[in-house]
This record gives sequence, structure tokens and C-alpha cells, in this order.
Amino acid sequence: MKKDKWGYGIHPDRQIDLDNANLSLLELVRQSEPSYNLCIACGSCAATCTAGNLTTISLRRINIYLQRGMIKELREEIRRCMLCGKCYLACPRGVNTRHVIIAIHEALKATGYEEL
Amino acid sequence: MRNYDPFVLPFMLGFLFLVVLIIYKFAQWLIRLNMREKVLFRHGMLSRKFLHAGNEVFMESLIHRKMFKANPLLGYMHMSLAFGWFLLIVLGNVESRLHTGAHLNMPYFPIFLKFFVTEKETIPFYGGFTNLMDFLLLMVLSGVFLALIKRMTSRIFGMRRTTNLKVGDKIALITLWLIFPLRLFAESLTAAQHHNGGFMTENVGQFLAAFLPTDQLSYPAWWLYSISLGAFFVAVPFSRYMHIPAEILLIYLRHFGIHSTKVYSSFSELEVYSCSRCGVCIDKCQLHTADIHFNTPTYFFRAIRERSLSGDLTDACLLCDRCTAACPVEINTTAIRIAKRATFSTSFKSDFSYLPANHTRRKADVAYFAGCMTHLTPAIRKAMIAILEHAKVKYHFIDEQGICCGRPLMMTGRLEEAQQLVRKNEALIKGSGARILLLSCPICLKAFREDYHLDIRIMHHSEYICELMDRQILQIPAGTQLFSFHDPCELGRGSGIFDQPRKILSEAGKLVKSKFEKENSFCCGGSLGHTSLSQAQRNIITQEVVNELTKNNPDSLVTACPLCKKTFTRWSEVPVKDIAEIVAEVISLGSTQSDREQNTNSLGIKVHEKQKRK
Repeated sequence: MKKDKWGYGIHPDRQIDLDNANLSLLELVRQSEPSYNLCIACGSCAATCTAGNLTTISLRRINIYLQRGMIKELREEIRRCMLCGKCYLACPRGVNTRHVIIAIHEALKATGYEEL
Repeated sequence: MRNYDPFVLPFMLGFLFLVVLIIYKFAQWLIRLNMREKVLFRHGMLSRKFLHAGNEVFMESLIHRKMFKANPLLGYMHMSLAFGWFLLIVLGNVESRLHTGAHLNMPYFPIFLKFFVTEKETIPFYGGFTNLMDFLLLMVLSGVFLALIKRMTSRIFGMRRTTNLKVGDKIALITLWLIFPLRLFAESLTAAQHHNGGFMTENVGQFLAAFLPTDQLSYPAWWLYSISLGAFFVAVPFSRYMHIPAEILLIYLRHFGIHSTKVYSSFSELEVYSCSRCGVCIDKCQLHTADIHFNTPTYFFRAIRERSLSGDLTDACLLCDRCTAACPVEINTTAIRIAKRATFSTSFKSDFSYLPANHTRRKADVAYFAGCMTHLTPAIRKAMIAILEHAKVKYHFIDEQGICCGRPLMMTGRLEEAQQLVRKNEALIKGSGARILLLSCPICLKAFREDYHLDIRIMHHSEYICELMDRQILQIPAGTQLFSFHDPCELGRGSGIFDQPRKILSEAGKLVKSKFEKENSFCCGGSLGHTSLSQAQRNIITQEVVNELTKNNPDSLVTACPLCKKTFTRWSEVPVKDIAEIVAEVISLGSTQSDREQNTNSLGIKVHEKQKRK
């Protein structure tokens, strides 16, 4: 029996191989802003984001991109940040999110991924 | 009469070196001014501003009026050294000209007059001159003595910390300190031989003659005096003492209307050189509470001069302006800090293409821009809307789905990125056709006033409410609540708004006085100026501020900045409110008598309880 008769499709493979992921940025960010390690991915930052009202930027997603080494997506997303600092004030864990953004930009520059 | 001796050579060489270097530096600073500044300079030189500047040079560079304001003893120390030495030079010149009858003498001649002229009769009014010169020398020596004490215990000068000097500065300092005792020594030894001294040198000479061979020592003493002068002059351009010539030029340029901008310019460089490293800014910095040291303008400017500035040092600042307000030279430390951040910050390559292109053009009298931080503290926004509706103002809420004003980006030195937001907001506000731009956030206020090109009135809500009260549109019934007011950095020192919030609060209740108010108010610790400061460090700063501001048991801690409010709320036991909330409360209450009586009662009990606990 053909499977499309069941009304299902097959999603593309969404596995992420962390062994092959590029985590060099993550390491740099962790060194530069140690409070990054306190993040519990609650999403308060994304909920309060000024730019998030107008576009799809989400610091929580940026976080995931960073941890999975999805540099291209990260680079696109992070450029939308206005650095207003609301996320920092909303963070229940005291993560210096504003500096995390700056640290990611610096890490992108240091690793040379900024231009790719 | 002789008028030359080889011992003047160290002095002369040092003096010539210094003169050439100052001319070179001044020329460099002036040539590098931009076109607009050069025009201002040319116009200024021929206007009355030139005279006003001269007056200020006298008051600040010689008398050190602002130093006196900071601390009288500190003021006297600087004044005695600067003004005392200046008068020594002037009087010495007058004296030597009376002696020779010539219009010009060699520069060394007045300095070493006592060596060259030993016959009293050749100088008119000799007794008066020599006693006056002795008095001035004594004044300078008292300054040197105080400076020595300040190095050991700076506390009696009202300074908990004084500048930590590097070797180069210490050498310059020692040569400066040596000049005057050596002058006393040389003149006294000569006086012991020729009896040409005043009340001090004559007596010191007699005293020294009792146990020293004055004949043999006096000549070497003049050599040493000359060497110390020469060494000091050579040290000036490389040490903090370059501030002496630089500050004079700075005062002139400032009077001509040249100011520092967010871009590091020739004028900024002149400001950096004008820093005397007096250390007045050090105690003002709240980062000491968070255990961050050697970050204040003193050290920041030194690092710029030594070309050893690091990104971390540039970042280590809350941009609260406390140091700028205290600076006796009035250097715009914050502007230089931001300008230098631009050279360290990595570009964001920002992409703000998502910003909506077209805005609905709703006409209104007042454009209300709440700002990001106000959106985070909705009580302020609601209060402002309530006030505007109560006063029946035709307003348009500009940033209901708003964007940032751009100042947070500017604070990190990313001016280009911020410009994109500035242009967007400008279009938005111009589209509304409003005559007044009303802001709830002082951070936005500063950006809109300084970095936007808008032809309308830009007002913080405390100014606006005050104006509504003045025009009798808004009546605030007198209350009995006790308020402690915190001046937000960007509103008070940043925009010069001190009186309006106080006027509103004293109408609505009673205002508690604090040692840390107006220019001396604290930063709440939430500043966006410092990007890498940790939450723990911020907490220490905030706790200290909250403790200080709630010392008098107020009913509420009032501020006029959403960021300050947000920061305080975590740590304050008394309610933290924005000034707009206070106003909205009293007008919505309709101020029924019973309500106010209740407040009084609860206040009475509260105060009583707290007193008991003590």
C-alpha cells in the first residue's frame, strides 16, 4: 500500500550530529560571558524582545543555534538585535544576555565566520 | 654684575625643549580640528569670548576655584602651587626689569636673580620685593608640604583614594617637589654670604651657616636648583603635568563653542591631555563597590596617552556621568569613553530591514514615545496614558509596537547601527505632526535631544507634568506621603532636569533630602553603559544605593526612569514608583479626604514601628 494514502508525509531528517557540529563559537561565548551557562532556556528573553514584536528574532532560538553550531542561521538572526537590554532585565537567571549578543558577534569575528 | 653662569644651562635647555614641544603640540591640536571647529576658533579669537576665557583660565588654572569647591584644603594645595609659582615668576620678572631697566632679559635671569644680583641697592623697593618673594616661596612650599601629606593620607583632603602613580609620573612629581626646597636652599645659602635675603631666606641662611660651609655649598645649590627645573620641564610633556598648558588651550576652545562629540577628535585628545590626574573622579566611581578599580577617567586617560588602552578598560564604566560632574577641568569623560568604544567594538552589521516601511499618519499634538524600558514596566505606561487622558491631551502613542531609540547601541560605540534606528524613529515622529515629543525614559530623552534632528519640543514626562501643573491643567492635591527621590543619571546629570520632579513631588507629598541627590546622585546599577558587568556586581551596587535612599524610611522610593525602577524593585523594601505613577494615583483617587487620612495613619504607624525596631 502506498504510504501517501494514509495521509502522512515523510519529514526531512532533523537529526543534529553534535559530534560534527561546530561548537567553536559556543566555547568562545562561554569564556567571554560565563553567566551564559546559567541559562535554563525559559524564553523570557524572547518573550520580552523589542525586535521580536516585529520580526522572528528570538534569543532562545539564537541560543539553540549556538549550541548546535548552526552558524549561518545564527548570523542572520543575531543581526536583528537592537541591543536595548530588555531581555537582560527579564532574565530570571541573571544571564547577561546583552553581553552574550556582543560576545557572539565578537566570536563570529574571531573565528572568521562573520563574512561567510 | 654678572649675567651669565654655566649653571643656567640645564634650566635653559629644559625651558627651550618645553617651549618648542608646547608650540608643536598646540599646532598639532589646532591643525587637526575640523573645518567647523576651525571657523569657531577664528571667530572666537576676535570676540569677547577670548576675554571671558582668559578670566576662566585665571580662575581655574591658577586659583583652582572648582578644587576649592571639592575640598578647601585640596583647593589651597593646588592654588598655592599654581598661583604661588605664577606670582613668583611675574614678580621676579618685574624685579629683574627694574634692576636692569631693559624690556627683555634672558628667561633665566629673573629665576636666578638672587645669584646674579647680590647688591640690594641696585633694585628699587628691594626690601618689599624680597620679603614678598619669600612669602610666595613659603606659600608654594606649604603646597608642596600638603602634597607630600596627601600622598600619605589623602583622607584629610576629602579623598578616600588618590591617583596611583606610575614611575614616569613619580619622577616628574619628585622633580617638581624638589624645585622649591632647592630654591630655598640656594637663596638661603647666598643670603648667608651676601645678606640679600628676605624674612625667610635670611633666617634660614643664618641657621644653615651655623653648621654648614655656606661659601662652598651655595654654588652647587644653584646648580641643583637649575637641574631640578630643567628636569621638570623635560618631564612635563611626558607626564601628567602636560595638563598645565593643555588646560589653558582647552578653556579657550571651549569658550569658542567647541565641544567633544561621540567621535574621537583632536578636541577629545586635548581633553585627554588636560587631565591632571588629580583623582577627584576616583571616589565618585560606584564600580569600586563592585570591586572594579583603576577604571576611572584618571587611569582611562592615562592609558590613552600611553597607547595601552584595552577594550576591557574602555568598557569598565556605567556612563553615569558622576565623574564628569565632579571633574574640576570639566572634561566630558563620558563622550570620550563612548568615542573610544567605537574603536574597540565589533560591527554588528545590523539588519533592521524588518522594520515596517509605512506608518499610519495620525495627527496629534503630543507624540508619546514610551521606550523599551517603559514597555517592560507597564505601570508607568498606564500611568502616563491615564494622565494624558485626564488632562484631555490629544496624543498619539508612537511606539505601541515600537523600536529602540538607538542609545543602547550608541553606548557601546556602535553609532552606524544606531543611525538606522534614529532615521526610522525620526520619520515616525515627523509623520505624526506633533509639536511635543513626550518620553518616559530618560535614556531615550538623551538620545532624542542629542542625536536626533527634530524641530519639536522634546520633553521628559516629569517636565511635561510640571508644565501641565503650571498651566493649571493638572491639579495635584497636597498629600502627606514621604518620598525619597532618586535622580536618574540620564535625566539629572545627563539632561539637567533636577527641579521639575522635585516640584511635582513636593506638591504631592513631602520630599526627603539626601546627601546623594542632584549632581551627586547615584547610578541605580542597572546602567546599559557597562556591557560586561555581572549581575552579582550590579546587585552590590544597587543594594548600596537602595540602603542609602531608604535610610529615612520614606513611604515610597520615587524615580523617573523605568530602568531605575526595574532595578530598584528587586531590592527595595519600600514600594518603588515612577513619578508618573505618583501623579496618576493622586489624580485618580480624586483625593478624597478619607483616603488621605488613611495614608497618614498608616504612615504614622509605619514610622513608629520602624523607630521602635531601631
